[in-house]
Amino acid sequence: MGAAYETIHFKAELCDGCNDCMTACAQAKARSEDHLQSRIQIVPFGEGFELAICRQCGDPECVLNCPAAALSKNAGNGVIAWDGSKCVNCLLCTVGCAYGGIAYDAAAGHVVKCDMCVGDPACVKVCTTGALKHVKTARIYNEVGDLEDLFAPGLSGCQGCNTELIMRHTLRRIGPDVVVATPPGCIPGMGSVGYNGLTGTKVPVFHPLLTNTASMLAGVRRHYKRMGRDVMAVALAGDGGTADVGFQSLSGAAERGEEILYVCVDNEGYMNTGMQRSGCTPYGAWTSTTPVGERAHGKTQDAKNLPLLMVMHNCAYVATASTAFMQDLYDKLERAIEAAKTGFAYLHIYSPCTTGWRFPSDQNIEVARKAVETNFVLLWEFNPGDGLRLTHPAENARPIDEYLEVLGKYRHLDPDQVAHIERTLANNLARVQGFAAAKGTAAAVAGRD
Amino acid sequence: MQRTHYLIVGASHAALSALHAIRLHDPEQEVTLLTRDDSLPYSPTVLPYVVSGRSDPGRVFLRDENYFAEHKVNYLRGAKVRKVNAGANAVELADGSAIGFDKLLLATGAAPLLPAIPGLAGLKYHVLRTLADALALRAALPRVKHAVVLGGGLIGMHAAENLAKGGVAVSVVELQPHVLSGYFDAEASAIIESVFAAKGVRLLTGASVASVEAQGAGCRATLADGTVLDADLLLVATGVAPVTDFLEGSGVATERGVLVDEHMRTNVANIWAAGDVAQARGFFTDSRIINGILPDAVDQGRIAGMAMAEDPGSKTYAGGVPLNTYSFFGEQAVSVGVHEGALDPSGVEVKKQVDAADKRYLKIVLKDRRLAGIFGVNSAFDPGIMWELILRSIDLGDEKLAFLRSPQDTARALMSRNWR
Repeated sequence: MGAAYETIHFKAELCDGCNDCMTACAQAKARSEDHLQSRIQIVPFGEGFELAICRQCGDPECVLNCPAAALSKNAGNGVIAWDGSKCVNCLLCTVGCAYGGIAYDAAAGHVVKCDMCVGDPACVKVCTTGALKHVKTARIYNEVGDLEDLFAPGLSGCQGCNTELIMRHTLRRIGPDVVVATPPGCIPGMGSVGYNGLTGTKVPVFHPLLTNTASMLAGVRRHYKRMGRDVMAVALAGDGGTADVGFQSLSGAAERGEEILYVCVDNEGYMNTGMQRSGCTPYGAWTSTTPVGERAHGKTQDAKNLPLLMVMHNCAYVATASTAFMQDLYDKLERAIEAAKTGFAYLHIYSPCTTGWRFPSDQNIEVARKAVETNFVLLWEFNPGDGLRLTHPAENARPIDEYLEVLGKYRHLDPDQVAHIERTLANNLARVQGFAAAKGTAAAVAGRD
Repeated sequence: MQRTHYLIVGASHAALSALHAIRLHDPEQEVTLLTRDDSLPYSPTVLPYVVSGRSDPGRVFLRDENYFAEHKVNYLRGAKVRKVNAGANAVELADGSAIGFDKLLLATGAAPLLPAIPGLAGLKYHVLRTLADALALRAALPRVKHAVVLGGGLIGMHAAENLAKGGVAVSVVELQPHVLSGYFDAEASAIIESVFAAKGVRLLTGASVASVEAQGAGCRATLADGTVLDADLLLVATGVAPVTDFLEGSGVATERGVLVDEHMRTNVANIWAAGDVAQARGFFTDSRIINGILPDAVDQGRIAGMAMAEDPGSKTYAGGVPLNTYSFFGEQAVSVGVHEGALDPSGVEVKKQVDAADKRYLKIVLKDRRLAGIFGVNSAFDPGIMWELILRSIDLGDEKLAFLRSPQDTARALMSRNWR
């Protein structure tokens, strides 16, 4: 299996043409201020800006075009390396590259190209608008791809659902020393607890009642601890089972600091039983119990902010995550796993429901991305020592219409309802930013037993 | 008889590119690669640098044994194909052995084309097409004070430069009115010629050799105008031509090269050809041309390899675009596409900027607001982007003036917009 590689991502619409990236590159690579010596080239075009840079192609034409074996793709980091001791300056590589990624540098006297600054690109570090991003998601594939998938093949989720992805990735990362609780919901519904006496997992799994997931896991963890075994207690639960029916036991376990990793997969309703509303269903949303007709226009109450409720339990770790931002999700998963060794860790992952939210099944990750980019979903993490920190910038959010218009469950919304949603989002943001502004204190940590 | 599923004859760019494409789609079925050389694969393009000493002959190889082992390729050295028997799906080697194939790629390249000059046949002279040629030329250099190079094409000019750098007095004899006429017009060539002249290289253009004869340990060339050139080294670089004689009676159709369709397939269903040996459609012409340049060999090899492996992503050949890059004495010349003379004049626009004193030249040829050719000496632009603009026939539209003013930045922006 080949490796995946880190890459530099360019969002043209965020580029303001400041050219700091070119200055940084020329300085880093040629100790020069001359933008001609930069290996990243921003070019003005119309009202905006465009980019020429080496893509570190998977099947690089420059390498095939080199008659002197001076170019080669490093299988470890994916960077196409140039060997000056072999290069004959024939420039044929520049014919092979259709991206302007390798070009003759007159001052240097030979071709030059981006080498990703050995994994720490100077250009990205100086980009303040977010136009350039160092995407390191490849790490997930490389590090986790070889870990054992602890679910059986062939789970029967709805087409396009991201829950299976969440389940498989989570358990892969946690490893086999685990007991999993999957209370009623989509997760057992798609076969994780199994059929005909066989489980859908390769690790112990049980099916608690909706009400007692956290309390049962508390007992499981304490039992193993007493036996001297370090076995993780993990819940893979839906938002209904977490926010509504299971909240009493969840709140109790969090308050007691039980050593549990509780993963809530939030699809904003009781989707597997027929798409009924839950406490996490947002205002205005259609569900089978908040119908749309002549008089009714979807849910009339706002969703409860469950992850903030968990912050107020002063858990060892609380975070929100999205499958459109896997690198962020993985970072949080790792911290949650670590935190669950000594306290209660709560991970709230958004899961757009292809069936219940009414959108095409190939759009799940895009919907998840739009939710974050419009601030409908805020990505952040909390621990008592450092307080709350936004992990995805909330400034420059896209208009909320871009999110609402792709979902059938919001198709009926009138302007007043959209205005209500906008107010709710603004309040949520202000609240989260308020928490972010208030630093955590050492006292908060000391306050835990 | 030994049998193999894929048989590739040749081991340079077209062959290696085809092999790469085959292995991307078909990691299993047997591949055999034949080379007449006794070495790992190398590129003819690197040879002038082996002669000059810039390239270490031990470090020019494009693949190593590990690559062939990892990709399950049977790499046979010293295996020259004598005959192809299409009906029997087999090739016959010079040593009399035979190899059977299911699918065959001819990537045998070209060989030096020797001019019909009286006296040449009986004379000791050099050519530059194989690593052995390069090593022989390099070995001869220390004893050389005067050299005559026949041919002012890329090989001849590269060799002349490297001989001159080694302290040799060099004369280049070129039949055309200016050097590198395949890629550059008279004005661009004049800049190149002036650089060579300044370095002491004697360029005799519009000149032909009437006869050559032995002269002591060296030779004497007499030109048609009576000029006499004495040299202790004669390099014949008057062009190359596909080698097709081994295909006689094979059933594979040839003209000047092996005729292929847009998948690089010959008239025989399980035989393909790519690289310098292939004669394929031109981008600017309906007739089939030999576009003997390295980037096109890579392109053709990939297309052939994909077709041979029955890769569903198989692409068709867009047609050969003449292009090349040329570095000389630290200066850069780049040629992509065709000059206005090769086009139907309607809708053609030409913009030319020449600063001979500063050794700068830029010519842009547009046809119906689309790029047809761009040629530069010490002018910065990305040839790969220009090639793609030509292949995609991108209408420059409102960007035409910007392109003429600032081709590099505008082309980069068009790239970023169109195929980023």
